Amino acid sequence: MSKKILIVDDEPNIVMSLEFLMKKEGFEVATATDGEQALAQVAAFSPDLLLLDVMMPKKSGFEVCEALRADPAQGGLLIVMLTAKGRETEVAKGLAIGADAYVTKPFSTKDLVARVRQMLGLA
Amino acid sequence: MKRSGPTRQRLTAVALAALPLLTFPLLGLPQGEWLSFPAGLVYLFGVWGGAIALAAWIAERPGR
Amino acid sequence: MLSGGFVALVTVAYFGLLFGVARWGDARADAGRSIINANVYALSLAVYCTSWTFFGSVGRATSGGLSFLTIYLGPTLMLLCVGVVIKMIRIAKAQRITSIADFIAARYGKSPLLAGLVTVIAVIGVVPYIALQLKAVAASLDILFPDSGTAAGLLGVDSTLLVAAVLALFTILFGTRHLDATERHEGMVAAIAVESVVKLVAFCAVGLFVTYGIHNGFADVFARATAQPTLAGLFAPDAARAGNWAALILLSGLAILLLPRQFQIIVVENVDESHLKRAVWLFPLYLLLINIFVLPLAASGLTDPRLAGHNPDTFVLTLPLAHGAEALVLLAFVGGLSAATGMVIVETIALSTMVCNDLAMPALLRSTWLARRQNADLSGTLIAIRRVAIVLILLLGYIYFRAAGEAYALVGIGLISFAAVAQFAPALFGGMYWKQGTRAGALAGLLAGFVVWAYTLLLPSFARSGWIGNGFVEHGLFGIEWLRAQALFGLSGFDEISHCLWWSLFANLGAYVLVSLISTPDAVEAGQAERFVDVFRHGERAPDARLWRGDASLPEITGLLERFLGPARARQQLAAHARMRGLADWRSLPPDAGFVHFAETELAAAIGSASARALMAGVTREEDLRLEEVLDILDEASQVRAYSRELESKQRALEAATNELRAANERLREVDRMKDDFISTVTHELRTPLTSIRALSEMLYDDPRLELEQRTRFLGVIVSETERLTRLINQVLDMAKLESGRAEWTTGEVDVGQVVNEAMVALEPLFREKKVSLTHAIAADLPSVLADRDRLTQVVVNLLSNAVKFVSGGSGQVRVSVVRDDAVLRVAVADNGPGLTAEECTQVFEKFRQGGNTMTDKPQGTGLGLPISRQIVEYFGGKLWVESAPGAGATFVFTVPLPAPDA
Repeated sequence: MSKKILIVDDEPNIVMSLEFLMKKEGFEVATATDGEQALAQVAAFSPDLLLLDVMMPKKSGFEVCEALRADPAQGGLLIVMLTAKGRETEVAKGLAIGADAYVTKPFSTKDLVARVRQMLGLA
Repeated sequence: MKRSGPTRQRLTAVALAALPLLTFPLLGLPQGEWLSFPAGLVYLFGVWGGAIALAAWIAERPGR
Repeated sequence: MLSGGFVALVTVAYFGLLFGVARWGDARADAGRSIINANVYALSLAVYCTSWTFFGSVGRATSGGLSFLTIYLGPTLMLLCVGVVIKMIRIAKAQRITSIADFIAARYGKSPLLAGLVTVIAVIGVVPYIALQLKAVAASLDILFPDSGTAAGLLGVDSTLLVAAVLALFTILFGTRHLDATERHEGMVAAIAVESVVKLVAFCAVGLFVTYGIHNGFADVFARATAQPTLAGLFAPDAARAGNWAALILLSGLAILLLPRQFQIIVVENVDESHLKRAVWLFPLYLLLINIFVLPLAASGLTDPRLAGHNPDTFVLTLPLAHGAEALVLLAFVGGLSAATGMVIVETIALSTMVCNDLAMPALLRSTWLARRQNADLSGTLIAIRRVAIVLILLLGYIYFRAAGEAYALVGIGLISFAAVAQFAPALFGGMYWKQGTRAGALAGLLAGFVVWAYTLLLPSFARSGWIGNGFVEHGLFGIEWLRAQALFGLSGFDEISHCLWWSLFANLGAYVLVSLISTPDAVEAGQAERFVDVFRHGERAPDARLWRGDASLPEITGLLERFLGPARARQQLAAHARMRGLADWRSLPPDAGFVHFAETELAAAIGSASARALMAGVTREEDLRLEEVLDILDEASQVRAYSRELESKQRALEAATNELRAANERLREVDRMKDDFISTVTHELRTPLTSIRALSEMLYDDPRLELEQRTRFLGVIVSETERLTRLINQVLDMAKLESGRAEWTTGEVDVGQVVNEAMVALEPLFREKKVSLTHAIAADLPSVLADRDRLTQVVVNLLSNAVKFVSGGSGQVRVSVVRDDAVLRVAVADNGPGLTAEECTQVFEKFRQGGNTMTDKPQGTGLGLPISRQIVEYFGGKLWVESAPGAGATFVFTVPLPAPDA
């Protein structure tokens, strides 16, 4: 049974490229373009891993991450934060609120795929 | 009254203004009769009373 | 006819009233609820108006016309110089000054010699003035009882002596209750204020009766008088007497401060400096009121045949008497009595303090009597001395009155007294404002002035009374022509008062200044000069402790205080001093400079500064500071003051600079933070398209077998993201140029209507593609503006593309209008999009704050369009704003100012 990945970003082009990338790797993929949608999708789609953009309308990636970490039902969910702000403080903040990994945009597709596979125990 | 306050200076200014008005030669100016009173008398009491009224107004103004 | 018994009864009742007022005032003062307010203080100053005013003004007016007014104009002008009066009060309070003699002596190193000299001059000058008051009372009794004669008087005793005795008793009771003279006589001041009211009411009552009862008002009185050629001249200022007029104003102006009783009331009895604010006009008003009826009375008296041959000095009594107004006669008598008693009481208290402290005490200190009574309480003795002095002074006045009688020496004494006390002026005012004035100078000036005064005024008055030969007046001393007493060095054309005033003040001031300049002050003097002249700067601070150096013992000094103040009062003062220094028990006070100064000041309040200093010198082993040391200390003190002032101003400047720096730093930080935010935001905005480009390129690169459709789609995204990147970079650079002012502008005449048209044509495809209608309303004959055509186009394009971006396809409508509005052209771009909240209306103009954040489909903008447009519009002097409400569409408006008509 293939692993499920939820892609959350407000940039349609980035969502499109990530979706293509992950589907090619054989994952089951769902998408969302803002924080609220993301939470709804997590409940409906119950993904194994979340690719989560930080800067988004309605609810930022940090807020989504916090909400999920506060939910015991989502204990096993892996969260990879994606951010265009590469500052140290952002990284630290993301990790502090419970993200499992932190990837700075723009990223290498190979590295991202390798990272995701490794986190899901497929490497 | 504060030291060298404006009130003090204004009162002194009244004195300095009144002094020449109450002495000669200016005192020699009023002649004859004013309103059927001796002019010199009316003038002296007028200037004197005026200076007193001015001093009262300066000294008793509130907010000081 | 008034009966003697009734008049005696009224007199006794009146004195009883004064006693009552005085006792009530003292009781209230003891209870800490002073009845001395500004009005009472101002009225008590009217002790200036003696019987010489009450009876004498009319007399002077009958001979000198308007010149009697100078005696009241001078005080009016002098009081207006409140700065001088306040300085005197401050100094007197700081130094616990008790009299004018004490004031002058304290300034010049607490000199007993100077104090004694001032006292002697004051007594010689003023005792005849007291005699004049007794004479006035006697004269009014003579008029009331023409048959009895003063010698017979009431109850078989000389009535004048009786009056003098009552006055002495009154003065003793209320003038010497406390030893400490700066412990004010509030009861007495209250009684004096009452007397002032009584004499004013009495005089005005007589004036009203004469003016409106006997005659038909002022005009009638003056008409009758001017009808007589001999009287007409009385009502016009006489220019020939210009010099006398000025001299009298100066003389009376000095007298209001320098007469011992005036100094007592104005300075010593002052409770609160702020009372001066009232006195400065209320007292002159009093003087004006009491003088209004003088000329009518004089004119009436002179034209009334019933008063022919009467002394004009008694018109105030004889006018109502001749017309049968007996009640008024009685009132006038009481008024005259008030005027006389008020003067006598205050003058006697002031003089007795001076005589006790400055004549009796120095003698006592030198005598063996004091040494033998080593530990006795002397406060009682001091009070006894003062009481004896009061009796002696009144007795002297009475004797002078009996001796002089009707002689000129008494009649003219008012102004002669004024001229005597005027001699204090150079030493006193010089001492207040000139640090270089010395004791030797003050002594020389006082002596010179006094001698000239005696020679030109006092002795001639004796000669006119026939007591001494008048050769020195007629032919000059030893027959030397230019020594004629009232035409010294040939100076003539003045009356004798002005003549004396100019010569005596010339000699006085000349000697004071000259001797001061060639003598050096000693250490004590220099210290006192500093404390007097700079009293405002020293304020309430403790005096410079370094000005005293030596050994003192607490028991010896407290012993001294107990002896002269009385044990109870001494302990009370000691305890207060200890509390001030934060000590619970006065026995633990250190006998240091501060304590010695305290003790000396306390003693000074009781026995005068000169005697206090002599006493203290006896119990302390004081090291003599050399003058240079004192001057050094004072110099240092003033330098320290100068430094601290400088320091203060520097500190203020520094604080201001610090605040400025802090603000500048704050601004810098803000700018820095903004730049940081900007860079961070720009980075974010750059990374976003880069992410898509990189991801898609990598996938194309990694997978050459990708379907064509997929490849085309990816490449399309890459191209559009690259365009977005380029646009962003261009706009960031543009923004940076605009903000730094390095943008290039080619300003020329621009037809705004045409610019709008061109922009609409350029964007037409975009509108057509999204099916948004674009309409316009451009007013005809618009004037051209001065602007950069390309930049203006950029703004319009920006607004149009914003509009088309936010309206929904199909139903969207955008309308452009250009109108002239006053001195500006107004361009509006209105859409029917979702609209903006009030908050968003300002946010959209911030960098990278894109509108429509809440919309799911993110608009493709850089977030720099509107900020750039605003920069451009503002550069041309216009404004760019948005009018909108959620759901009501948005209208972006900008204005461009029209060129000024004359430009």
